[in-house]
Amino acid sequence: MEFSGTSQQILSAREMGIVACTRCTKAWPMGTQTCARCGHKMVSRDFGSLQRVWAFWIMGLMCYVPANTYPMLQTRTLFQSDESTIVGGAVELAQHGAFGIAFIILLASVAIPLAKFWAIAFLAVSVKSRRATANHSRQIMYEVVEYIGRWSMIDIFVVAILSSLVQLNTLASINPGPASMFFALSVIFTMLSAQAFDSRMIWDEQAKDEDPS
Amino acid sequence: MKDIADPDLDVSLTELIVCPHCDAVYRLKVPEMGEKAICQRCNAVLIAPRRKAGLKIIAISLATFFLILGAAFFPFLNIDAAGNKNSVSVIDAAFAFSSGPLLLLALATAGLILFVPLIRVVLTLYVLVPIVLDLPPARHAMDAFRFSEALRPWSMAEIFALGCAVALVKIADLATVGFGPAFWMFGGLVVLVVGQDSFMCRWSVWNSLEHPNKS
Ligand SMILES: [Zn+2]
Ligand SMILES: [Zn+2]
Repeated sequence: MEFSGTSQQILSAREMGIVACTRCTKAWPMGTQTCARCGHKMVSRDFGSLQRVWAFWIMGLMCYVPANTYPMLQTRTLFQSDESTIVGGAVELAQHGAFGIAFIILLASVAIPLAKFWAIAFLAVSVKSRRATANHSRQIMYEVVEYIGRWSMIDIFVVAILSSLVQLNTLASINPGPASMFFALSVIFTMLSAQAFDSRMIWDEQAKDEDPS
Repeated sequence: MKDIADPDLDVSLTELIVCPHCDAVYRLKVPEMGEKAICQRCNAVLIAPRRKAGLKIIAISLATFFLILGAAFFPFLNIDAAGNKNSVSVIDAAFAFSSGPLLLLALATAGLILFVPLIRVVLTLYVLVPIVLDLPPARHAMDAFRFSEALRPWSMAEIFALGCAVALVKIADLATVGFGPAFWMFGGLVVLVVGQDSFMCRWSVWNSLEHPNKS
């Protein structure tokens, strides 16, 4: 569409003495605290946000450890009962030949959460450091984290579906393990951590570099 | 957006639009129907008006409302293993976590797959129906729309639908699994939720709430 202009001339609202509403995109004079259009609270840059990012990040990580060590599912069949962790369950599926599903589970509940922890930490550190590197890739990274983070909840939903469905009297039953609680909390905390991050800070260093004065 | 704001020109703030993701300032120019105004710095879509979007979103919202209610109470999966039968609704699935502290998780699950999508539908209807009928905006319509937007990442019906597919494969060798009516309702629901998001131009909604009789 309209990529024709040179991005060099783009100004940030902060440099123009404007504070903008991040909900409804309206511009107000610097120092306005509440958007008069939609009532959203406004700050030019939420510097305190990094503290919230890290607080949620640490809580998320703290919940992620027990989410992997405790059993996620307790399966009881006629002859045996069996508790499996997230990784254990995926390995079991792979042994039964369901590589596709094992791959999805490992991706959704191991690779994506770990990548998310790394990405949020990277972004939070990068806006603090003086180097202005690859704003576009950082912005994309932030969007991916925001978009994909929610999908980790799929594991909890699978546990919920299995535990309610497989209640077959003496034949077999599946029940949720304590890891489900921790895993859900971990996903929720990392979502809050990503939401607390003020993505406008990604572009500030670039703006400073282009300022000739 | 082509019109990058010029700092020397004393433009009125009402003529500006600021990208919420990267803080880039542009001079407001509403694109043609079906066109998009995209942030040149971060590629976020800023304005994307669609013809009859309000009416389409209302229709989708109404359909979503009834599908959620239906999907909640009708069985969506049933299982049959050696004569042992069981069928569950979405409510049953959410309340699979019902022992001790897991009860909190049950409430959270029910919230993410049923209540949040339901609340968003009701808020959307509340905000958009007066706009489409050219009536003055509903009381606290701005707050309602803001709340609905804040809830957006927490609406997870589509993730639940994919979860059904994963669960099916996991127990395929344990038992015969069949689909209940609510399974198809949930499938339809996912399509509608995605469709609603693609029609919704948030800037246009804010603008019509601010200037009720101009649009
Ligand atoms: Zn606003
Ligand atoms: Zn932008």
